Amino acid sequence: MRNSKVVSLEEAIRKSGLKDGMTISFHHHFRGGDKVVNLVVDQLARMGFKNLHLAASSLSDVHSPLIEHIRNGVITKISTSGLRGELANEISHGLMKEPVVFRSHGGRGSAIASGVLHIDVAFLGASSCDELGNASGCPRSENAKSICGSLGYALPDARYADHVVVITDDLVAYPNVPKSISASDVESVVVVDSVGDSSKISSGAIRDSKNPRDILLAKQAAKVIINSGYFKDGFSIQTGTGGASLAAVKYIRESMVEKGIKASFALGGITAHMVKLHQEGLIGKLIDVQSFDKVAAESIASDQTHQEVSSVEYASAEHTGSAVHALDIVILSALEVDVNFNVNVLVGSDGIIRGAVGGHPDTAEDSALSIIVCPLLRGRIPCVVPKVTTLITPGKSVDVVVTEYGIAVNPARPEIAGRLAEAGLKIVDINDLAAKAKSIIGEPDPLPFGNKVVGIVVDRHGDVLDEIRNIED
Amino acid sequence: MEIKNAMAGTLESGDILIQVEPGEGLQVDLQSSVSAQFGRQIKAVITETLKGLGVENASIKATDKGALDCTIRARVTAAVVRATGKDVWKD
Repeated sequence: MRNSKVVSLEEAIRKSGLKDGMTISFHHHFRGGDKVVNLVVDQLARMGFKNLHLAASSLSDVHSPLIEHIRNGVITKISTSGLRGELANEISHGLMKEPVVFRSHGGRGSAIASGVLHIDVAFLGASSCDELGNASGCPRSENAKSICGSLGYALPDARYADHVVVITDDLVAYPNVPKSISASDVESVVVVDSVGDSSKISSGAIRDSKNPRDILLAKQAAKVIINSGYFKDGFSIQTGTGGASLAAVKYIRESMVEKGIKASFALGGITAHMVKLHQEGLIGKLIDVQSFDKVAAESIASDQTHQEVSSVEYASAEHTGSAVHALDIVILSALEVDVNFNVNVLVGSDGIIRGAVGGHPDTAEDSALSIIVCPLLRGRIPCVVPKVTTLITPGKSVDVVVTEYGIAVNPARPEIAGRLAEAGLKIVDINDLAAKAKSIIGEPDPLPFGNKVVGIVVDRHGDVLDEIRNIED
Repeated sequence: MEIKNAMAGTLESGDILIQVEPGEGLQVDLQSSVSAQFGRQIKAVITETLKGLGVENASIKATDKGALDCTIRARVTAAVVRATGKDVWKD
């Protein structure tokens, strides 16, 4: 067609005007199946680029080839929400000269919109795209193979980056509507064999946890919600994707049916569980920044009341239209919670980075009721500790901690503690939970942290919250 | 006390695999997913349990996946019972 923007990856990079030292960006909607980051950075390395800043919405196990590109000086700075696998392990041991900057999803959206995180060239994978650059995470032809649903984390990049390259494995006839990314924001379109391994983008089947401890935690979390004072007709809710979190939805559903209570919307990463309640008429609308499974991706493609949302409109602190400002209840997980209700979801108890900030601090801060669900111990690793290894979500944002040894309520929320106690739930002091953990596992030896800063946690308002040091062994 | 090769435990999360062989004095070779924070304690529990069972000469290979102390004691005891043929629960 006339004005086609389809070019090779090499040509797209050349056209973009990318220079050494600039910032490139990526989204993580293809999760563990992502092929875009490695494909693009391999090409940039072949073309001789150096000293680039890689700003991704998140990185995972599949991005370990970046280790070589960091060693060779192609990538010298990283900004991300999460880091896992061998790349995270190497970085924790001091691979990079510059510390990795960690932001929440809302914090990243805000930083891009305000220009604090300026993107020179965005490389955005899409499940379908036309020759002008109208792109979507939904399938639009029989050839669609890498389907992710919402492209919420890519939307700020598309809007604010100086130059946008869409990379797709399904070029479809113009116009590709409805579109997530608009052709007016896109400079080039690159067609490749595959942008993602579909088996690792999303799981097809709903798998309910059979772990009895998860089920116990889920039942307790559901009781907390039902008796919290926020479980009223028209309430809104977000859940994480942990086993206990997902199972809690099942028990909340039973109570919604029984009491005739309906939710106005569910927010965040949307799963098949939420889609089911929506289709039953128990949840009015779904606001979806990331479609976690096949059912969610199919629903967003076909249902007008299942809406995609950008990370800015999802969870930015500053944006007046952020959905989190209207959120009543959020259920979240944790690697560690401390006696001041501070939460760590990023750094493992071995001091090695193994997680993601995600929307944790955004939703905990803005929701009316934030509930952390975690076991007291994972094996010998304590989850309730005197002090978190790394601070991600400050305790003032956290209202309730649910463990199998009892429920702790933040002393700043006595009215919630009162309602839960009245309902017959076992309320305990969080210091007693930490003491119980210690009585089972003993006193852990201090971790062998070095003096090099390998990561900086920036909070959603742009302030430095914590530093992550290298681990020596 | 005569020691034969024996083992107890699994490599499941929350468990510990204890392998006992004849040796001079007590040697404990520990590999643990939580060694930085708990390696010292785990070795101490293994050594105490061995001594409590009267084992003075043995080489122990322990592969730990975050087991609690009670689990470690149970696995060490079972491995020693198999290694010595002396049933500490019965005899």
